[in-house]
Amino acid sequence: MKPIIEFKNITKSYPGVIANKNISFSIEPKSIHAILGENGAGKSTLVKILYGHVNQDRGNIYIDSKNVRITSPSVAKKLGINMVFQHFSLFESLTVAENLILGIDKKLSMSELIDKSKSISSKYGFNLNLNSPISSLSVGQRQSVEIVRSLLNDPKILILDEPTSVLTPDEIKNLFKVISNLVQDNLTVIFISHKLEEIINLSNRVTILRGGEVVDTLITKNENPDSLGLKMLGYKIAKLKRNKVDDNSKVLFSLNNVSTFNQDPFSVNLKNINFSLKTGQILGIAGVAGNGQNELMEIFLNENNDNFKGNVIFKNQNINQLSTQDRKCLSISYVTEQRLGHSAVPEMSLTENVLLSMSHNKKFIKNDLINFKEIGNHTDKIIKKFNVNAPSNFSKASQLSGGNLQKFIIGREILSNPELLILSQPTWGIDAGSESFIRKTLIDLSLNGISIIIISHDIDELLEICNDVCVLYEGRLSKNLNVEQIDATQLGKYMGGLFD
Amino acid sequence: MNYDLILGILNIVLISTTPLVFAGIGELVTEKSGVLNLGLEGLMLVGAVSGFISLVITGNYFYSFILSILSGAILSSIFAFFVLRLLTNQIATGLALTIFGIGLSAMLGKKFAGTPINGLSPYYLIIFSFILVFLINYILYKTKAGLIIRAVGENHHSAYALGYDVIKTRYLTIIFGGVMCSLAGFYISVCYAPMWQEGMTAGRGWIALALVVFATWKPWRLLVGAYIFGGVAIMQMNLQAFGVKLPGQFFNMMPYLATLMVLVFISSNKVRLKLNAPSSLTIPFIKD
Repeated sequence: MKPIIEFKNITKSYPGVIANKNISFSIEPKSIHAILGENGAGKSTLVKILYGHVNQDRGNIYIDSKNVRITSPSVAKKLGINMVFQHFSLFESLTVAENLILGIDKKLSMSELIDKSKSISSKYGFNLNLNSPISSLSVGQRQSVEIVRSLLNDPKILILDEPTSVLTPDEIKNLFKVISNLVQDNLTVIFISHKLEEIINLSNRVTILRGGEVVDTLITKNENPDSLGLKMLGYKIAKLKRNKVDDNSKVLFSLNNVSTFNQDPFSVNLKNINFSLKTGQILGIAGVAGNGQNELMEIFLNENNDNFKGNVIFKNQNINQLSTQDRKCLSISYVTEQRLGHSAVPEMSLTENVLLSMSHNKKFIKNDLINFKEIGNHTDKIIKKFNVNAPSNFSKASQLSGGNLQKFIIGREILSNPELLILSQPTWGIDAGSESFIRKTLIDLSLNGISIIIISHDIDELLEICNDVCVLYEGRLSKNLNVEQIDATQLGKYMGGLFD
Repeated sequence: MNYDLILGILNIVLISTTPLVFAGIGELVTEKSGVLNLGLEGLMLVGAVSGFISLVITGNYFYSFILSILSGAILSSIFAFFVLRLLTNQIATGLALTIFGIGLSAMLGKKFAGTPINGLSPYYLIIFSFILVFLINYILYKTKAGLIIRAVGENHHSAYALGYDVIKTRYLTIIFGGVMCSLAGFYISVCYAPMWQEGMTAGRGWIALALVVFATWKPWRLLVGAYIFGGVAIMQMNLQAFGVKLPGQFFNMMPYLATLMVLVFISSNKVRLKLNAPSSLTIPFIKD
């Protein structure tokens, strides 16, 4: 079959990194072509080049054997290429209908648009209310809006950038059904993912990228997750061994009937949250983004401004009124989701960032004077012990890659000797090497009797390292599920809010 | 109070408020597309002086009108070039524009200060100001062009990803804002005062800027807000006339004090600001 898209020697570099290096492969029409690679392998850059969002330095793209220069997204759309972005392409304050109009090039009246989007919705089983503002929709519904918006342009080629990373298992199943139907209607789908199972289940062919280069293009049905994983990473990742929690160990930390009362329409209010954490236990809090994770983290950090009821108990003591700093003195440590800006100050050096988080430690500040030698040594210790790839302890936090910065932050918190460590999205968006390092570190930590709470969207991660998992859905928290006895359908139901 | 007096006061309010409506609606459109232009005062002064000078020289209201708005268009497109192409800081560039406009207008107008002219009746532009607010409201909320402006101001990366030209849209809204400011200046020097005096806009540009926030970026509220401010400004004269014993400086301060109080009041409600403020305001658009 003649390919519909051909990449020839595509090269794109950014200051300090080559995102794509001589990428060449072709995509067959009416098929699902997956692009696999870990974070930073260059998948997103490549499809953004195809969509005209980024322009390549060198190399050519052929559509239907014709050399085309795709200089901007509007050129791509004229060629029949549409893209569903991973995030950032809907307008929060506008309604669904307004978002749809913005996505189409042709002149359509409002009633034609409504008819057309309704027929697309019913054909593929989407359920959209055209008048609701985007800010009121769940992540899955937002994605439906994006897909419908792309289909309104009658595309030939549809690019889906990490479409499943924020969906519940049920929503993923629906999405796969939609994608299969699209291919039957003669569309070519380019599907980007770093999840091996998905690619095996869904795609016809797969191109694997590593470090900006093509490793291989394969027919998927001849492969299995292990063989793909090995090609994606270039090495094998050892399976982790979880610890066991002693049933008799003491409760260290608990939330009793915590509810929040925020007025902000963009936030989710927590409803009657209860859980307790034992010494040495790793508790995972699963759930799709935007179901109250940020609000729960605010309760842990005491950044909620007292808009809440209930009790936060640490070692049988009510710590409702204690500030983040006071809680740190009680040996609770935090790793927040936003690495730059929340966990670390981007424009400050690593040493200064350690100091800011450890200012309660008398060793580093005496009579209001900073002991730079001591803090520098401590920073070097973090860098060495946690394999942080940083030029020196003077490097700015913003100069480190995501994975290195995260290792640094987690190292900083661990070396402050916490009894309780609370992490939000600890491995989000970082390379697989750092990811497995961090997971192993956390398990080792729990073996030493330290309790850990992990808030994460990544179910696989939680199932790999946690003892127990509970699910957050629209501000409500499910009961604990023991990971040893968990079954996938039950977890899927919980993530869709079917619990109590 | 008799009927004539009330009508008289209303008339004065109507005449004195119109420049706030022009400058405010222009800035509202600019800000809706995500650009903060603090150069209003400077643009108004340059619009005022170029309208005045060209009227003195040509004696023709139409030429004077055209030259005035042309000055605003040129000056604001320089601002646009700086903030959109050279990615300079919008706040600093806007302040520089104001300082530049004050200086330029004073220099150009030096010879013409005190020259008598026959003013144009203000009522044409007053009527136009109401039509304009209606039109802008319609364009922003009922047409695709308006939707694009709002989309660019809300999230410029998404708008670009959908194939819209963020830079071009912002060029157009900045120039529109500049034209509206110079129109406000033309109105002041040719219709309202008919004369030229250095710094004659007297801080109206800053009040118009505050009005946009007061109106939470909604055209109709901007109109209402402008008339409340106009009313306060007139009240200062009338209270003095009624013999309320307070220092004159206090009355002069009132419009600005009211502006300050309103801004404090509006910003106290974070939720409302978040819902209405264009999310990309003051953030430069850099293609990645």
